[in-house]
Amino acid sequence: MSARPRLLSWTLRIASIVFVFALWEWAGRIPVSIAFPTFTAAMSAFREMILDGTFASAYAETIGPLLVGVLLTALGGMLAGLVMGLSPKAEWLGLPLFIVLQASPSAAIIPLITFIYGIGFAAKVFAVVLLSAPVIVLNSYRGIHNTPRSLLEMSEAFLANRRQRIWKIVLPAASGLIFAGLRLGIAQGFTGAVLAELIITPTGVGDLITFYRSGADYDYMFASIFSIVLFASVSLSLLQKLEQRIFRPEMRPT
Amino acid sequence: MNHPHTDTGPRSTAELAPEPAVRVQDLTKEYPGGIQALDKVTFDMPKGELTSIIGPSGCGKTTTLKIIAGLIEPSAGEVMVYGKAVRGPGPERAFVFQEFALLPWATVLRNVAFGLELRGVGKKEREDMAREYIVKMNLAGFEDAYPHQLSGGMRQRVGLARAMAVDADILLMDEPFASVDEQIRRKFQEDLLHLLSVEKKSVVFVTHSIEEAVYVSDQIVILTRGPAHVSKVVRPGIDRSGDSQEIRRSPGYLDSVENIWDELREYLEE
Amino acid sequence: MTLLGRRIPMAFSLAIWCLVWEVIGRMEVISLIPPFTEVLRALFVVTPSQDFKTAATITFQAFAIGMGLGLVVGIVMGILMGRIRAFGELMGMWVNIFESSPLTAIVPALMAILGFGLPTMIVTVFLFSVWVIALDTQVGVERVNPSLIEMGRSFGANNRILFTRIVFFAALPELLAGIRLGLIRGLKGVIIGQLLIAVVGVGYLFELYSRNFLMPEFWALLIVIFGFAFIASEIVGYFERKVSFYAKSR
Repeated sequence: MSARPRLLSWTLRIASIVFVFALWEWAGRIPVSIAFPTFTAAMSAFREMILDGTFASAYAETIGPLLVGVLLTALGGMLAGLVMGLSPKAEWLGLPLFIVLQASPSAAIIPLITFIYGIGFAAKVFAVVLLSAPVIVLNSYRGIHNTPRSLLEMSEAFLANRRQRIWKIVLPAASGLIFAGLRLGIAQGFTGAVLAELIITPTGVGDLITFYRSGADYDYMFASIFSIVLFASVSLSLLQKLEQRIFRPEMRPT
Repeated sequence: MNHPHTDTGPRSTAELAPEPAVRVQDLTKEYPGGIQALDKVTFDMPKGELTSIIGPSGCGKTTTLKIIAGLIEPSAGEVMVYGKAVRGPGPERAFVFQEFALLPWATVLRNVAFGLELRGVGKKEREDMAREYIVKMNLAGFEDAYPHQLSGGMRQRVGLARAMAVDADILLMDEPFASVDEQIRRKFQEDLLHLLSVEKKSVVFVTHSIEEAVYVSDQIVILTRGPAHVSKVVRPGIDRSGDSQEIRRSPGYLDSVENIWDELREYLEE
Repeated sequence: MTLLGRRIPMAFSLAIWCLVWEVIGRMEVISLIPPFTEVLRALFVVTPSQDFKTAATITFQAFAIGMGLGLVVGIVMGILMGRIRAFGELMGMWVNIFESSPLTAIVPALMAILGFGLPTMIVTVFLFSVWVIALDTQVGVERVNPSLIEMGRSFGANNRILFTRIVFFAALPELLAGIRLGLIRGLKGVIIGQLLIAVVGVGYLFELYSRNFLMPEFWALLIVIFGFAFIASEIVGYFERKVSFYAKSR
């Protein structure tokens, strides 16, 4: 892209951000609802919560289970996807299960978690795993299952053994989709962690939202919601940038 | 040879003095669902020669080649390479793919060396060998380029270099120039002939272009429409000592093209 | 997978999982998991009950209205984003943000503003579903082969005909994929919304069953919802497969 269109697109973006925030401010001033603060009020609450460390301690509690959960799911999920992608028997047995889980509102199980995992760290980890597993497993499976036939045939013609085929052809070919699955899994993991905090374990960012809502401190509630949406979208778009840099699309098999 | 120019039908074993590089015997292939691709395809491929397989599209040329490569199993019949029955891919055969089949995430150097890499050759040694063929294939300077940065013609030269680098006696080429521009294609055919005159390989070459087959081949196997069997084996016997323009205008070349076209025409109708 | 030379459809493996469930339930290792047969029996207790009918009605109402809004807004937005470059760039950023962010966090705010009833649920369903529909519609419209449009123009098609006869059909594979994903997300939205509200619909029932430890009933309800989600997405999937033959060859 040349300099001018890029500049133009940035101007457009900033203009649209300003426009949306102005709309928020205006709606807050009417006000559309007593529970809807102005943008400026929410932002000053946001600033205050950053400065007094409220966010720091809340996010410390939210991110731990998120990372542990996604890491566990990544390991197990990639393995499950790998096995399903390579073995037709495992595919037959496992694929329908994950397709059903992917299509279903499995969040409904979250209230049950407390009976087994209580309301601590483990409960949140479980919620993260529950929501992030299907997309990670299915993406790994698809990446491996869709290894281009021509490359497999080539490796066979040049006498690759099973090990070489998996390590030198199948996994590199699938790596882009696997990574995309991890990114989507993290997105689901955010939902899982917040949901667990809202429903079963009053800690972290979810607790901030619940706490300020019950106290009718709507500025702070909106600042908390704003923070998690901002945090999630910034970290996910950074991951996407990283993905495009490492797994450049033109170096992916088509 | 007993039949200098044209050679009709499958030959009996006794007539052939030297052992062929590849012998294809009564090859039959039926795909699941009852589609029969090949019906007792039989031909020999003499050592050190270039044999083309030509026929109407979809007739089973590529299937034949992949059976020779050991990538597909025949339903009946067998392929002998130097007198031994083929049970799968082997180190004495190397394949050049129509759609190149290069690793998109690997450089030209690694792609050319990939066959050696799979054979467990050390990094230094295989890269030296790869560099040699990169130079021979006029790819010098592109060692660190990725396939997506190359033109179709260059990609196929990488595919060819990869096949040459493993030093197999027999090259199996599946419409190697089909995805390449016409202008580059001619240059390619000349380069291939030049390379083969130096390297002494036996080549099986699948193509759907009669001109290409006549220009490059010592022997042409004409297949019928599916289920394919051998309609005719032709030896164009073209003198390749002259310049390529002359060859393409010589009566021998033009007659061969015309004869094969007549042979194939009957399968195109209906 | 084949047995005795016959192909067994993949969906049959779910029966094996149900069997595993039954065995685990019978072994009584986890009190939360009753045997599958007991859950099936509970299915016939739960579904005819008045509680279930009330919950299902309000849930379906919220889902249908929210989805309807999501479809209309999402498709229109997606088409505009695909056809007008500047609009696509402008909205692309917001759509991407909301498509991947934990919208669950917004539900408490909706509860504060709109109360604990139908409006909150409708808006939740809408917010969960609309972005992915818009995004896929945009992709579909952008992928329409320019030569198809040129062909239409060269035969004298006006904008309206171009759109209804060419662009719409050419974009249909992605559009349907977007609708299917939107349906799945919308359903997740209505369930998550009700879990958070906790006093209406199936969210209330889940709360009730888990508080009173009525596990067979809890799982029976879950099966009903999973079944609904699966059937809804399969219906759209059926149409998707019908047009998939030209998705690759446009």
